[in-house]
Amino acid sequence: MLDDRLLFEKSVVGRTGIRPPVPDVPLVKPSDLLPATLIREDIEGFPELSEIDLSRHYTALSSLNFGIDTGMYPLGSCTMKYNPKVNEDIASLKGFTAIHPYMPDSLVQGALKVICELEELLKEITGMDAVSVHPSAGAQGELCGMLMLASYFKDRGEDKRKKIIIPDTAHGTNPASSALAGFSVVPVKTDKSGILSAEAIREVMDEETAALMLTNPNTLGLFETNIKEIADIVHEKGGLIYCDGANLNAIMGLAKLGDMGVDIVQLNLHKTFSTPHGGGGPGSGPIGVTAELEPYLPVPRVIKNENGTLSLTTDRPNSIGRLRAFYGQFLVLVKAYSYIRRLGGEGLTKVSETAILNANYLKEGLRGTFDIPFDRACMHECVVTDKLQLEESGVSTMDIAKRLIDYGFHPPTIYFPLVVSGAMMIEPTETESLQSIDELVRVMKLVSKEAKEDPQTVKSAPHRAPRKRIDETAAARNPVLRWREEA
Amino acid sequence: MPYIPHTDEDLMQMLNRFGPEYLENLRNLIPEELRSTRALEIPRGLSEQDLVKHVSALASENATVEEYASFLGAGAYNHYVPSLVRHLAGRSEFYTSYTPYQPEISQGTLQALFEYQTLICQLTGMDVSNASLYDGASATAEAVLMACRLRKKATKVMVSGTVHPEYIETIKTYLSASEIEVEVLGYSTRKGGETFLTKIEEAEDGSIACLVAQCPNFLGVIENLNTMHELVRSKGGLGITVVTEPLSMALIKPPSELGADIAVGEAASFGSPLGYGGPYLGFMATRDEFVRQMPGRIAGETKDADGKRSFCLTLATREQHIRRDRATSNICTNQGLSALQAAIHMAALGRDALKHLAGLNFSKAYYLKNRLTSASGIYMAFTPHFFNEFTIRFSRGVDVDAILDALMEDKIIGGFNLKRINPELNCHLLINVTELNSREDIDRLADKIIELTEKK
Repeated sequence: MLDDRLLFEKSVVGRTGIRPPVPDVPLVKPSDLLPATLIREDIEGFPELSEIDLSRHYTALSSLNFGIDTGMYPLGSCTMKYNPKVNEDIASLKGFTAIHPYMPDSLVQGALKVICELEELLKEITGMDAVSVHPSAGAQGELCGMLMLASYFKDRGEDKRKKIIIPDTAHGTNPASSALAGFSVVPVKTDKSGILSAEAIREVMDEETAALMLTNPNTLGLFETNIKEIADIVHEKGGLIYCDGANLNAIMGLAKLGDMGVDIVQLNLHKTFSTPHGGGGPGSGPIGVTAELEPYLPVPRVIKNENGTLSLTTDRPNSIGRLRAFYGQFLVLVKAYSYIRRLGGEGLTKVSETAILNANYLKEGLRGTFDIPFDRACMHECVVTDKLQLEESGVSTMDIAKRLIDYGFHPPTIYFPLVVSGAMMIEPTETESLQSIDELVRVMKLVSKEAKEDPQTVKSAPHRAPRKRIDETAAARNPVLRWREEA
Repeated sequence: MPYIPHTDEDLMQMLNRFGPEYLENLRNLIPEELRSTRALEIPRGLSEQDLVKHVSALASENATVEEYASFLGAGAYNHYVPSLVRHLAGRSEFYTSYTPYQPEISQGTLQALFEYQTLICQLTGMDVSNASLYDGASATAEAVLMACRLRKKATKVMVSGTVHPEYIETIKTYLSASEIEVEVLGYSTRKGGETFLTKIEEAEDGSIACLVAQCPNFLGVIENLNTMHELVRSKGGLGITVVTEPLSMALIKPPSELGADIAVGEAASFGSPLGYGGPYLGFMATRDEFVRQMPGRIAGETKDADGKRSFCLTLATREQHIRRDRATSNICTNQGLSALQAAIHMAALGRDALKHLAGLNFSKAYYLKNRLTSASGIYMAFTPHFFNEFTIRFSRGVDVDAILDALMEDKIIGGFNLKRINPELNCHLLINVTELNSREDIDRLADKIIELTEKK
């Protein structure tokens, strides 16, 4: 039986963990040097635990978690692929961890090389003219791109461009980032085949629109086949194309965003380049742009000097500025760089080809058991729904997801994209084998059968997880957001 | 191919699953005119051992703070991270998971975040904390946006010029698209190192959304934040306290007792290596009444169907995936693993050792300050109220860069030349001392600086 008390409940007065060394300088009393009004006496409630207490505490917590190393994690649009262990070792090298961001450039040439070479590699993969690895995660990359758009149009005297067209399949971060950069959102519907039609864009595109923000492949796992024509329409009216690169895993080596008319793209290194996800970060959201937009990239930039050395510069008069302190999620960049160099160009192409094959093989396996709303060959992920199960036995996507947990799978992304009722968005990634996909298909069919024969078991799932179904509504109704000592 | 498990037989079996027509469709997923006609110009993949060799060579081109005695702080502090942190946060059940959307199989991450939030609340003295933001600078910008939502009629925000300069730049970037004006307040470069408050005093009631002030400030000085925040509150604004060295809160009164409505900043001192500036850990805590305007993920307590205590992400109606363009922030992925590392580090120190560590930092910094200022030609630049970082001033005409260069020859990185941020501070050096600076190194630095100064 696991001890699931909180740190604070395990605390014993007077117990200590890891003490700092014995002082090698005379200890001074804060009260002798600072005004009494500034001095803190105690940190009330702060835990007191030994090293072994902590070791057991966090080991127990880890056993309540499901990660990619636990089992298949087909969370659509999140690209939960295997996280190579060697990248963790590399990012722990002292030459990377023990360097201070304000060390002179001459002492950190290796770090600047990682940044510079990673930017070059990402340019080649995306087909963009310039890349900055400054943004901290995908959403900050989006904000970065949107602010660059705003600056670009301001400089051109086109401040009136205040609208961003966003398809109804978009991630929630897209409209949120647009709004944060001062734009209003014009939603546009995907057509019957699940993609954007040139007509739909022609209808809404006007001289007050700054950009179309789309994801390609989109969140239905479909390639936006009209993208070139759509880009032409947007460009003709003076607008730009922003691509959310969340789904880059589907097209590496197969097609380049730069060739599709994309002007700005943000990438998600924790997804495509497996850096890993870390239970919700840290990620990294590099931004790639055309030459025309390069002057607006955030600072600092890494530049090559005539003698071949590298330096940082902030001398970029048109830059939007900085979105964080220092230069980005550096240790994440080291991992992405290592991942790309391990696979090489050929390997990255294989990654995308295999991701597509896996998703289609999975989708075909589910045919006949689950409703497939946009039934055609997909890219790296597919969307199925609970339509058949719901009609027949009242079992919903939520129930199916929770029942999958009992069989050792992390559920897919559920109820997204919003345009599909009861969506299950499944992304196997290239690192899952034929056998593990077969097993997921077998289990999903089994759950569908259970839905018919024993719906109650499915509706009350999970049964074999560390917790039974958790009441999320109660958490929001009566928020308890921290531990407090009971009075 | 690395990381792709398929055998040739697997591939055949999978492809055989599709009819000829489907195979044709697969080939035509991407329109022909958009398909790449040439292979990626990226070198052939490296074997694992060759990769390690290649990247290790890059790493060895960097000089580390172990080879050099470093006295650089300025928003990134060199602390000892106990082994426990890397081993426990390095468990792959933690780092190979994602945002805990399925709480039944994510209790590890969720409980750890709930505990992290509690530790941040205890440290800052505030009521509620979120589950992390990217870094101190972007967290501060988010706090300013939050203040603007809470004070909708305000037209400007006031930021003390003694806030970390990169944080000020970040605030300006985040607010560049809004109508809100960012006013940076001047500070005394002569004596106090304190913010000038006249502009707040003269402001109209209700016109200021917030005042952003840092404690200790970028120059190392502990300003009188209570007075500053009281003043901005009397004008209807909120007090935002920025902390870039969270260890200071173990020794100095927490933001809650120094007038803060929002406490925000950088928590990388706990659990994150220097790592050339990232990933770090933005923290944010506030009063209960403001929680619905707080950005970012929040873990909350609830029960499962058996009535067992459980945790899940909550108050999601603030967030982008629900509210889209009307969300409190666009943030999605944040710094989950960094928050876990911070929680383990804070708990590994605990109530007593944390205070000891803060006291040790404080004592070492004062030891160096006493050594330096007892020499002629080296002065304490500002009010001597500091924690583990302070500014010294040399006599007029001394070239601080020349001193730093000379120190480098002795493998010492002497600090941050403040001329970089303010031309008026042209003979000022910002020096940080932590538990990782031995007395020997501190003496070496002091001896060398004194020697260099006397030569002049």
